[in-house]
Amino acid sequence: MKKIALEVNGKKVTKEISDHTTLSGLLRDILNLTGTHIGCDTSQCGACVVHVDGKSIKSCTALAADLDGSKVTTIEGLASNGKLHPMQEAFKKMHGLQCGFCTPGMVMSAVDLLKNKKNPSDQEIRDWLEGNICRCTGYHNIVAAVKEAASKM
Amino acid sequence: MKTFNYHSAKDVKEASKLASSNSAFLAGGMTTIPSMKLGLASYKDIIDIKRIKKLSGIKVSGKTVTIGATTKHSEVANSKDVKKAIPSLAALAEGIGDPQVRNRGTIGGSIANNDPAADYPSACIALNATIHTNNRSIDAEKFFRGMFETCLKSTEVIEAIEFSIPEKSSYQKLPNPASRYAIIGVYVAKHKTGINVGVTGAKSCVYNDKDLAGALTKNFSSSAIDSVKISSSGMNSDIHASSDYRANMVKAFAKKAVDAC
Ligand SMILES: Cc1cc2nc3c(=O)[nH]c(=O)nc-3n(C[C@H](O)[C@H](O)[C@H](O)COP(=O)(O)OP(=O)(O)OC[C@H]3O[C@@H](n4cnc5c(N)ncnc54)[C@H](O)[C@@H]3O)c2cc1C
Ligand code: FES
Ligand code: FES
Repeated sequence: MKKIALEVNGKKVTKEISDHTTLSGLLRDILNLTGTHIGCDTSQCGACVVHVDGKSIKSCTALAADLDGSKVTTIEGLASNGKLHPMQEAFKKMHGLQCGFCTPGMVMSAVDLLKNKKNPSDQEIRDWLEGNICRCTGYHNIVAAVKEAASKM
Repeated sequence: MKTFNYHSAKDVKEASKLASSNSAFLAGGMTTIPSMKLGLASYKDIIDIKRIKKLSGIKVSGKTVTIGATTKHSEVANSKDVKKAIPSLAALAEGIGDPQVRNRGTIGGSIANNDPAADYPSACIALNATIHTNNRSIDAEKFFRGMFETCLKSTEVIEAIEFSIPEKSSYQKLPNPASRYAIIGVYVAKHKTGINVGVTGAKSCVYNDKDLAGALTKNFSSSAIDSVKISSSGMNSDIHASSDYRANMVKAFAKKAVDAC
């Protein structure tokens, strides 16, 4: 067991965890933040993407023990004062989701893209979302949603 | 995932001391963690080396670029220094996997793992790399031994990889559309001292294609490659590509790389 202290969505969290607990496990099973989804659990699908110290990573493939002292933002941490984040609004408006399973990861990954590139082209959006797999939408409206968010942010 | 003891090493000495035949170092974890989850590997000890400051960073001197073992792919891809000194190396890093893999995966982890389809091993071969560990310096040609096999001992830690800056170079790959691993990747580099053609994805281990390098030494142009015969014997054959197709692609991508130099 390891004791770790980190910040999740702006709140300080201190927990005892097993050495092999993943970040996705900590978020979902211990902190009840089930917005972060687990699809493949082996770093292929991107459903579990969250931000650690400002960068998007796959939380199924990070050990919680190694994130002692980090700042984590999950999909639950995007909205502020009951108002959806512009990226969430854009996914809703442009029908960027169907079943919604991939959506938390897509949104977190796309938010990271816009931090680095204010007005990405379609190709840049598609390249960036390489690690996020969607089985429903065919990606078209996801790209449209990211463009819509870019125009609003 | 089977449980293990997690250690965060404060320096290389401690990391090496904790290591055994039943341990793995944890750099990006992008291979080690999924392998443990899939039951392909299990370890008693996982030794995190990410907090060892001296293992990370990029230094450019007159003739070489030295990259610390735990430097992430995204750091290499975005480094102004690497882009200036060896643009093809920054481009290679940018083409690995996806942004989240690049935000975690490291150069040291990639070459220690020596996946037959990984990108960096071809750069090590093409750019006459020296792999510096905690107790020796190894030429790339001797470092890569076979499929997922290197000459590293279980307690040996890669500290940095030193690449020679070539006169011209280019890396071209045919990526697997899902993972972006190389179905074929060809790294052509022209140095004052000679030409190397590092090929990954084709066989069980990266290699320097001496026939292609020989033809390019006589005449550094893509047409010089036309007359080189690439045998498919010993090449991988799988659901992604047959060995004949791979042999053809080695030639096609070598030409593409020369044209892009
Ligand atoms: C979805 C996905 C797509 C990918 N696509 C590509 C791709 O297109 N091209 C490509 O080349 N790679 C690709 N990779 C591999 C990835 O880029 C990493 O380079 C690779 O997983 C290993 O690096 P790591 O830092 O994660 O190593 P880890 O998983 O932490 O470690 C791997 C092995 O290396 C050893 N090791 C790590 N660091 C050291 C060190 N300093 N000294 C000695 N031994 C060490 C460990 O003991 C372990 O055995 C992909 C991976 C994933 C998950
Ligand atoms: S659940 Fe993490 S990448 Fe699929
Ligand atoms: S909306 Fe169903 S997987 Fe993307």
